[in-house]
Amino acid sequence: MIQLTSLPIVYPEIFLLLMTSVVALVGVNASDARLKFTFGLAQASLAVLAYLHFNELQLARTVYGMSRMVVIDPLGHLLALAATLATMVTLGFARPYLKSRDLLKGEFLTLAMFSLLGISVMVSANNFLVVYVGLELMSLSLYALTALRRDHAVSTEAAMKYFILGALASGFLLYGLSMMYGATGTLDIPNVLEALHKGTQNPQVLTFGLVFIVAGLGFKLGLAPFHMWVPDVYQGAPTAVTLLISGAPKLAAFGITFRILVEGLSGQAKDWEEMLIVLSVTSMALGNLAAIAQSNLKRLLAYSAIAQLGFMLLGFTPTVIAISSETAANGYSSALFYIITYVLTTLGTFGLIMVLSRHGFESEEISDLAGLAKRSPWIATVMAAFMFSLAGIPPLVGFYAKFAVLQALLATGNPLYTDLAIVAVLLSLIGAYYYLRIVKTMFFDEPVDKTPIHGETGATVLLALNGLAAIGFGLLPDGLMSVCRDAVYKALNS
Amino acid sequence: MSFLSLAIWLPILAGVVLLALGRDDNARAVRWFALVAAIAAFLVTIPLITGFDTTSAALQFQTSLPWIERFHANYHLGVDGISVWFVLLTAFITVIVVISAWEVITERVNQYFGAFLILSGLMIGVFAAVDGLLFYTFFEATLIPMYIIIGIWGGPNRIYASFKFFLYTLLGSLLMLVAIVYLYIQSNASFEILAWHKLALSMPAQTALFFAFLAAFAVKVPMWPVHTWLPDVHVEAPTGGSAVLAAIMLKLGAYGFMRFSLPIAPDASHHWAWLIITMSLIAVVYIGLVAMVQTDMKKLVAYSSIAHMGFCTLGFFIFNSLGMQGAIIQMISHGFVSAAMFLGIGVLYDRVHSREISAYGGVANTMPMFAAFAVLFAMANCGLPGTAGFVGEWMVILATTGFNFWVAALAATALIFGAAYTLWMVKRVYFGPVTKGSVSRLQDINPREFLMLALLAVAVLAMGLYPKPFTDVMQVSVDALLKHVAQSKLI
Repeated sequence: MIQLTSLPIVYPEIFLLLMTSVVALVGVNASDARLKFTFGLAQASLAVLAYLHFNELQLARTVYGMSRMVVIDPLGHLLALAATLATMVTLGFARPYLKSRDLLKGEFLTLAMFSLLGISVMVSANNFLVVYVGLELMSLSLYALTALRRDHAVSTEAAMKYFILGALASGFLLYGLSMMYGATGTLDIPNVLEALHKGTQNPQVLTFGLVFIVAGLGFKLGLAPFHMWVPDVYQGAPTAVTLLISGAPKLAAFGITFRILVEGLSGQAKDWEEMLIVLSVTSMALGNLAAIAQSNLKRLLAYSAIAQLGFMLLGFTPTVIAISSETAANGYSSALFYIITYVLTTLGTFGLIMVLSRHGFESEEISDLAGLAKRSPWIATVMAAFMFSLAGIPPLVGFYAKFAVLQALLATGNPLYTDLAIVAVLLSLIGAYYYLRIVKTMFFDEPVDKTPIHGETGATVLLALNGLAAIGFGLLPDGLMSVCRDAVYKALNS
Repeated sequence: MSFLSLAIWLPILAGVVLLALGRDDNARAVRWFALVAAIAAFLVTIPLITGFDTTSAALQFQTSLPWIERFHANYHLGVDGISVWFVLLTAFITVIVVISAWEVITERVNQYFGAFLILSGLMIGVFAAVDGLLFYTFFEATLIPMYIIIGIWGGPNRIYASFKFFLYTLLGSLLMLVAIVYLYIQSNASFEILAWHKLALSMPAQTALFFAFLAAFAVKVPMWPVHTWLPDVHVEAPTGGSAVLAAIMLKLGAYGFMRFSLPIAPDASHHWAWLIITMSLIAVVYIGLVAMVQTDMKKLVAYSSIAHMGFCTLGFFIFNSLGMQGAIIQMISHGFVSAAMFLGIGVLYDRVHSREISAYGGVANTMPMFAAFAVLFAMANCGLPGTAGFVGEWMVILATTGFNFWVAALAATALIFGAAYTLWMVKRVYFGPVTKGSVSRLQDINPREFLMLALLAVAVLAMGLYPKPFTDVMQVSVDALLKHVAQSKLI
């Protein structure tokens, strides 16, 4: 029974739902002029939403609402804020791209906003079912978006693949969660934690359920060996949708991983952290090695995403071994910083692909970037900043993210984690090769097509801002790091 | 803003301005702007040496601001009697490099000068940083501009060279990163290098740290057997890139030994000194022989650099004040001499477009003024008394004699080999009759090239004739370092 009095607690989500419905209504069969208005409306509501989340983040309060179905805490608001900003940036990059392909319709905006709503629900979930509902809302919107280019074979194939594997993953997750429900008799995350603490359950059921949960999360995060969909979907979907998939949903995946594994099942941490170590090392190895062989930029970035998320996941692993919960929180906040900065970089890289694409030309082969530094030094420099950031070279933000995770591993003082840290840095050395190759293509190769690039002004400015953020957060990472740490500490100590 | 901060950020900001505003159609303005910026950046380093208190081993000109409070990392700068010289050297070489590229670089001029200015600021940052994370940030960040410099303005095989340079050095530094994070945790969340110096560590920990730092610094120096990237990179790099690489970037590695390996892991350093000494001797003897058979001038000087850097690492690990001072002097003098050698090759290359020794012969007949400079620098390279090259090598050999006669005897062969490969090259390139048409058409150096070589010649001679100011400034710091290294830090 939902108490109506606690409804206002989720006011940002309610606002988003209302505005999404308005956008859906206004955007139906819209003429060009009205579409422009719809787009502005969508962006404006997202901006207001971002402000609401930001405001809540400042308040830094922890409140449970709707019969403890949701939790309002800084972590949820931070992730939701980042996801909202990511969606805004995505829409900004997507507009000229979609317009030139006749794909800019009301549906795109509505579905993007619905997926954001799903993300917001997920990251503030305090109940397994709420997690699932949010996940499905996000996923179904994204499946539909992937098929946006419905008369395009590759796109349709990607959508099918995404849908089938995504549904399978959701099924895994649901199955695992139901096992946990069977063992503990509750769906509320804190109650599950409490029930597991007593340790009266059948351990086999718990482990069995845990395997399904981790597999489901692995699918959603796109970790090896559950990564099969990632390259195909990244490559097949229209780039605007690829960006939508590769940006904000990663934050949501982090959110539910944290809510389910850390907040709900930390009693089982001994089991899941071993699984995560395996997933993480496999992802880093496979992602980095497979990326070397790619010639399609979107595919390469997909494999890079697998490797990067594997590195991020390392932040979750020092849970049991940690001497104090502080050490574990250190790991989670490093992972949070990692994922936020990773999304920031990803937005820029796919944004760049869209800026370079013209009508009837997808700039998605690495060779399309050849000589970019001569055609547009600014765009090439920004892209180089992203590549060096992903490779983990200071003073770009990606280095500090990697550094934060590494220090969390070494802070355990356990030799296994020291080895893990060494493996991680050596695998990221392999990664540096293909990021450098992109820089090489842009700066050292001669352009095939020498015409200067005239990107749409708005998108170019957005790209520049994105690049500045990658450098700015690199030179002065402290602010964001502290916000991440406070959010994680608050979430753990409530 | 302190002078050190200015020395770092002035060239970086100037470089960013050049990247942002420069274009090939305003190349003239770009060149002048770069020159003014480089000179200004050099001038702000002068007060560092004039105001230096030579009686104190403590860090001077310190600045400390909170940087990443989450990890207690500070923007902490400071120089002692050792690092102050490298700050000056870097700023000086940058001025020379800007002059050397004046009309040689005609394509993407702003990016070339911008990259060098940024690189200069970053390298000064490495020498000035006394916070571990800040050090690593600067140390790694230098890879980016150098990678771009080699890749854009390098020779035909530049792509291979740029990748080899980047990945090789990155491999070493990543292990150092793990070591730095380990020290951060051991020292209860501190990135202060001075706190790490005081940290007591067990022998296994010291050994692990020693080898992690060795991985980073040995690649950078480079020491045998991880030197193979250097000749490849030098051959392909543009002249300015080679000069900066040899004059300063190699010193980053040698400097790292003094700042990290020796004081943080003194017991492991003593225990593994034989390994470093062996590697240094191999560099001196074997690489000296390898240099002798080179047919490419740049490759020859590159191998000669490795051999000379072998003297530096040798001087560090005999734990003796004279040896260490000699090693530091050798680092500075090699900075001048190797830069001069590469710039000299650049002068020839710009005219003939060949680095092969066999493409020349009798250059002294057509370019007498240039040949005079070239012979002077060659003499400095083989360690002729009166030039900068002599002082450091002589001090290291003298100190080594006290340590072990046979080691000293082997090290002294470098003087012979050095003379052999350098003078043989000089003979084949500069002397003898003119047989090649390309050589007979050579024009002697113009005023710009004269200025650049003359500045270096003055430095080489001044340092060779009167090295006392150098040793005076570093004396106290070197003694303090050795005293620190002599104490065991074992738990």
